[in-house]
Amino acid sequence: MAPPSPPLNAEAPPPWWRDRRVVPWLVQAAVGLVVLLVIAFLMGNLVRNLSAAGLLLTWRWLSQPAGFDLAETILPFDAGMPYWRGLLAGLANTLRAVLCGLVGATALGTLAGMAAFSSNALLRGVARVYVEVVRNIPLLLQLVFWYFVVFLTLPNGREALQLPGVVLAKSGLYVVGLAEGLRWQGPHLVNGVWQAPLRLSVEFAALLTGLIIYSGAFIAEVVRGGIAAVPKGQWEAASSLGLRWFTTLRQVVLPQALRVILPGLNTQYISLAKNSSLAVAVGFSDLYSVAETTLNQTGRAVEVYLILLAAYLGLDLLISAVMNGLNRVVQIRER
Amino acid sequence: MPAVFRRLRHDLFATPGDALLSLGLLTLLSVSLVGVLRWAVGQARWAVIQANTTLFAVGRYPLEQQWRLWLLTTLLVAAAGLSWGLLRAHPRADREGILWPRNDRLAASLLAAGALWLPWALQLQLPIQGRWWALAALLLGLRWLAGRYGSRMGPRLLRLVPLIWPAIYLFGMVLISGGLGLMTVSPTEWGGLLLTLLAASFAILLSFPLGVLLALGRRSELPLLRWAAVIYIEFIRGAPLITLLFLGQNILGFLLPNGLAPDRVWRAAWVLTFFAAAYLAEAVRSGLAAIPAGQIEAARSLGLSHPQALQRVVLPQALRVALPAMVGQFISLLQDTTLLSLIGLLELLGVARTVMANPEFLGKNAEVYLTLAVLFWCCCAALGLGSRALERRLDPRTVPSR
Repeated sequence: MAPPSPPLNAEAPPPWWRDRRVVPWLVQAAVGLVVLLVIAFLMGNLVRNLSAAGLLLTWRWLSQPAGFDLAETILPFDAGMPYWRGLLAGLANTLRAVLCGLVGATALGTLAGMAAFSSNALLRGVARVYVEVVRNIPLLLQLVFWYFVVFLTLPNGREALQLPGVVLAKSGLYVVGLAEGLRWQGPHLVNGVWQAPLRLSVEFAALLTGLIIYSGAFIAEVVRGGIAAVPKGQWEAASSLGLRWFTTLRQVVLPQALRVILPGLNTQYISLAKNSSLAVAVGFSDLYSVAETTLNQTGRAVEVYLILLAAYLGLDLLISAVMNGLNRVVQIRER
Repeated sequence: MPAVFRRLRHDLFATPGDALLSLGLLTLLSVSLVGVLRWAVGQARWAVIQANTTLFAVGRYPLEQQWRLWLLTTLLVAAAGLSWGLLRAHPRADREGILWPRNDRLAASLLAAGALWLPWALQLQLPIQGRWWALAALLLGLRWLAGRYGSRMGPRLLRLVPLIWPAIYLFGMVLISGGLGLMTVSPTEWGGLLLTLLAASFAILLSFPLGVLLALGRRSELPLLRWAAVIYIEFIRGAPLITLLFLGQNILGFLLPNGLAPDRVWRAAWVLTFFAAAYLAEAVRSGLAAIPAGQIEAARSLGLSHPQALQRVVLPQALRVALPAMVGQFISLLQDTTLLSLIGLLELLGVARTVMANPEFLGKNAEVYLTLAVLFWCCCAALGLGSRALERRLDPRTVPSR
C-alpha cells in the first residue's frame, strides 16, 4: 500500500512574496517609488535649469506694464496696463467666443440632428453630408479657410455683402441692434464706412463660424444618437394620436432623448472650449494668444503655462458642473 | 417608371411642406454646385499645387536622397498588396470567403483610376508619372497574385506575414532619418505629407500600448495605480492640445538635463503620443466596462493568473468593443497633426503657409486649403471605412457582403 499523501493544508505556507495580502502593496510601493523618482528627477532638473537661467518661479512680473496692445477686447486694455490685465482681457475674449460658440453650435447641431429623422430624403441627405464632410476635415484647416478665404476676401464699402439686418464686409460684421434712444438701427454707410450698433471683427466672426460649424457636426451626431435611442413605438403612438412630425419630436421624443443627449453634449462643450484656443491661428486675441505674447516678452514659460492650465481646467470644470446640474433636472425621478 | 415616380413622391414630395422644402434645397444645392464648379474650372489657378507637389509631399527633404522615400513607398505598397490579397485568400474559418467582394472591386478600380488620373492632373514629370503607374500596378498585381495563390501558403509562413509591417516601419525610420551608412537627414528637413504621416503613425503606434496600460490602471483595484492613471488622464484631457505642445516646446528643455531634450520635431511627436494615450485610455476603458465581470472570474477559476486572464480573455473582447472609439481617436489624432504648424513645424498646413507666402502664389489660399481639405478628408474617410471593415471581420455574428 502506498503511503497516504500528506493532507493539503499541511503544505508549507507560500513565501511572503507570493502572499496575496502582500503582493498588492509590493506592486503599489514599486509603482509609487518609480513615479516619485521620475517626479523628483524632473523637478530637480527644473529647479536647477530655471535658477541657472535666472527664471525661478515668481509672480512679480504680472504687475509690470505689458507693452503690447490687443486688437479687440471687451475689458478695456492698453499697452500701459499690467500683464495680468492683458491675460484677464484674453480670458474674457475666450469666454465670449466659447459662450457664443456654445449657443450657435447647439442650435445648429440640434437642427442637423433632427433633420436626420426628417420625412424628406433630401434633407436627411444634406444633414448626413454635412456631418461626414465637416468631421473628416481638421478644425484648424477649417478656421484658416473661413478666415483667409471667406472673411478676408469680402469687399468693403458699397460692394459689401448686404443681407437683411446684416452686412458682411472686410472691415467686420455689422449687425442690426438697438442704438441710442432705444430704436432699431440697421447697418448704414457713413463716408464709405459701415456703421452699426453691433460690430464683430472678422477674426471673431471667422473663429465663431469655424467653431459653430465644426462642433455643430459633432453635436448633430450626439442628438441623432439620442433621438435614435427613443423607442420607435413612441413615434408611432404619437402619430396615431394625430400629432404631426414636429410636434411629436418636440413634445414626445426630444424630452426623452435629452437624457441620452446631455452627457454627450458635455463632452462636446468641453472640447469646444478647448478648441477655442485655436483662435491664435486667425489672429483673435484669446487667452492662449495673449499668453504666447506674454511668454515671448517675459520668457516666463512655467508661470504662463500654469496660468493657461488653471484657466482651461477651470473652464472645463465650470461647463461640467453646469451640465451635471442640467442632467439632474432632466433625469426621470422614480417614485 | 411609375415605381421611380412613387419613390420620388414618397421621399421628396409627400406633403406640400416637404415639396416646398425639396424644391428650395434643390435650387440651393444646384446653384452652389454650379458656382463651385465654375470656380474650380474657370477661375481657380491650380498651378500653385502643380508647381509645389514635391514640397507638399516631402517638404525640404534633400533632392538627391529622395530615392530612399521612393524605396520606402515601394516597400509599403508591396506589403499592402500582399496583405490585402492574403486577407481575402484566407477568410475566417467559420465563414464563406469571397476572393473579390464588391468593395474590393470598387477599391481596385478607384485606385487604378486615381493612379492614372492624379499624376496627369498634377502635371508631374513623365518619369515620376511612370513611377506612380508602376506602383499602382505593383499594388494591384500583388493583390491579384496573393489572392490567387495565397491559399497554398502554409500556416507557419502565414503567421510571419504580419511581421513585415513592423519590420518595414523600423526600416523606414532608418531610411527616412539616415544612419547605418546612409547620410543623416535632420528632422527639420522633413515636411509636408511625410511629416504629417510620420507624426501621426508614430503617435498612433506608441499611444496604443500606453493607452491600454492607462485604462487597465484606471480600472485597477490598487488605489495608487488607479489614482496615478486618473490624474494623468484628467490632466491631459483638461488642457487643449496647443497648450501641451507649448509645454513640449518651451518647458521640456527645463525638465530634462541639459542637452538630453530631443529636437523640436520629436518633442512634438512625443507630446502627440502622450496626448493621444489619455484619450485612447478612455476609449479602451469603455470597452473594458462592457465586458461582464463573470469573464475574468471564469478565467481565474480555470486557473489563469490575473495578467493571463486580462491578456487572453478580457482584452481581446474589450478591444473589439472599443475599436470604433479607438479609430475615432486615431482619426482625430491625424487631424490634430495640423496643430504642429502653429509651433512652426512644416507639416502639410505649415508647408501650405510657406507656399502661400511665396509672392508668385500670393492670394491662392482657396486652392491650397481646398486641396488639403480633400486630402485630409480622403485619409480620414479611408481610416473610418477600414475600421468598419475590421469590425465586420472581427464580429462573431455577421456574414460578409457579396
